[in-house]
Amino acid sequence: MNKNELIAKVNSVLAEEFEVEESIITPEANIKQTLQLDSLSLVDMVALIESEFGVKIQPADLAQVKTFDALYDYLAERV
Amino acid sequence: MKRVVITGMGIWSCLGKSLDEVRDSLYTGKSGIILDPLRKEMGFRSGLTAKVDIPDLKGVLSRSQRTYMPEQAKYAYCATVEAMRNAGIDQDYLDKHDVGLLYGNDSSVDPAVRAVDTIREKHDTTLCGSGAIFQLMNSTVTMNLGTIFRLRGINLTVSGACASGAHAIGLGALLIQTGLQDMIVCGGAQEVNPYSVGSFDGISAFSIREDAPEKASRPFDRDRDGLVPGGGAATVIIEEYEHAVKRGAPIIAEVLGYGFSANGDHISSPNVAGPSKSLRMAIERAGINIDEIGYINAHATSTHVGDTNEAKAIYDVFGDRRVEVTSTKSQTGHEMWMAGASEIIYSMLMMKNDFIAANLNFENPDEDSAKLLIPGKRIEKHFDTFLSNSFGFGGTNATLIVRNM
Repeated sequence: MNKNELIAKVNSVLAEEFEVEESIITPEANIKQTLQLDSLSLVDMVALIESEFGVKIQPADLAQVKTFDALYDYLAERV
Repeated sequence: MKRVVITGMGIWSCLGKSLDEVRDSLYTGKSGIILDPLRKEMGFRSGLTAKVDIPDLKGVLSRSQRTYMPEQAKYAYCATVEAMRNAGIDQDYLDKHDVGLLYGNDSSVDPAVRAVDTIREKHDTTLCGSGAIFQLMNSTVTMNLGTIFRLRGINLTVSGACASGAHAIGLGALLIQTGLQDMIVCGGAQEVNPYSVGSFDGISAFSIREDAPEKASRPFDRDRDGLVPGGGAATVIIEEYEHAVKRGAPIIAEVLGYGFSANGDHISSPNVAGPSKSLRMAIERAGINIDEIGYINAHATSTHVGDTNEAKAIYDVFGDRRVEVTSTKSQTGHEMWMAGASEIIYSMLMMKNDFIAANLNFENPDEDSAKLLIPGKRIEKHFDTFLSNSFGFGGTNATLIVRNM
């Protein structure tokens, strides 16, 4: 999976799971604000990413993965 | 003591997803039982089950709300929406009054199995997701309904095995009689997934009449061979009489009596003395003569010892005063935690429409059921008062008496 394919898949699965329009997901957008995540649904995002990409975002890393761009990079390094 | 009335009902069951559908199914004698091939693949002794569709609430409730709900909470939500609508209650009313919630539920196996599977496979609890904890707790139905409808009165799950729904209504009635609550959402919910009843199947409690699923649940019949598991949810809105009058609510019936007892005996085999005591207590508290009771909705699940001992208990209390006795489980299977609430609604629908649904598959009585008046075919009859029994594992018993209004 190249980076563009990864980005497309990330956007698709997150938009579907959290019921937002895919068009509002932009690289610089804040993940929690865009997907309207609270502390509970943030857990669901971590579980979903692990299920779809086989990568668990470690608790210590979660604070750094604030934007979609950061998420794409985090996953690209580990997928 | 204050009077307790029923002002709304709603149901989601194998007989229908609304009161109208369920009324028609009762009238025509529809069976909700099927053979589930998946259960046979899973190693079940019996693949028989009621067929209950899981409601799709996408677009109705938010993603977060749905995430916390196991199937039985979704059934309960749908039943409660219908009950509130019929009772003339909207969110504005709920926001301005302290409405209580007492709902019967005694398991939530499927989400527990999925969470444990995840932990075993992944060795990481975060991957269970956020919904697991709220779905797998026994109080899942009341925590979900309480937050969705923003209820602020009593909020409690009643776990009394197969009498849970009846105890929920009975305990609710006591809270209203004593003036502690004006209105309580009561009911019972039951999950239908295979995992929830696998261990129950394992003790050979289920009918294995798989060649004719609609014939499998045959309460009181001589040739019964076990129960068929079912489920869904049923909600009744109970309310203090004067309160209901003041707000112009549709008053449809009165909860006259609640009887209860425990057998203090075997964990699965019921006795006769415990149920008899529950019946007598309900009649005494209702303050009526048994001649006023025009229909008995039996607990009878289609097991040998259960039906026999209930027949003996009914005969013990009613003697030769023969009143129609049926078990709607002949159509629905055993709705377990839901049954005590759903059977109030089934009986109410019959009472309001002047009929008694057939006790399906009652072809030959046994020695004890022969002493009761059990119609194997639907009869047209007007009655104004009925008694409903619910008994559960551990020997918990509940009896409710309801009068038409």
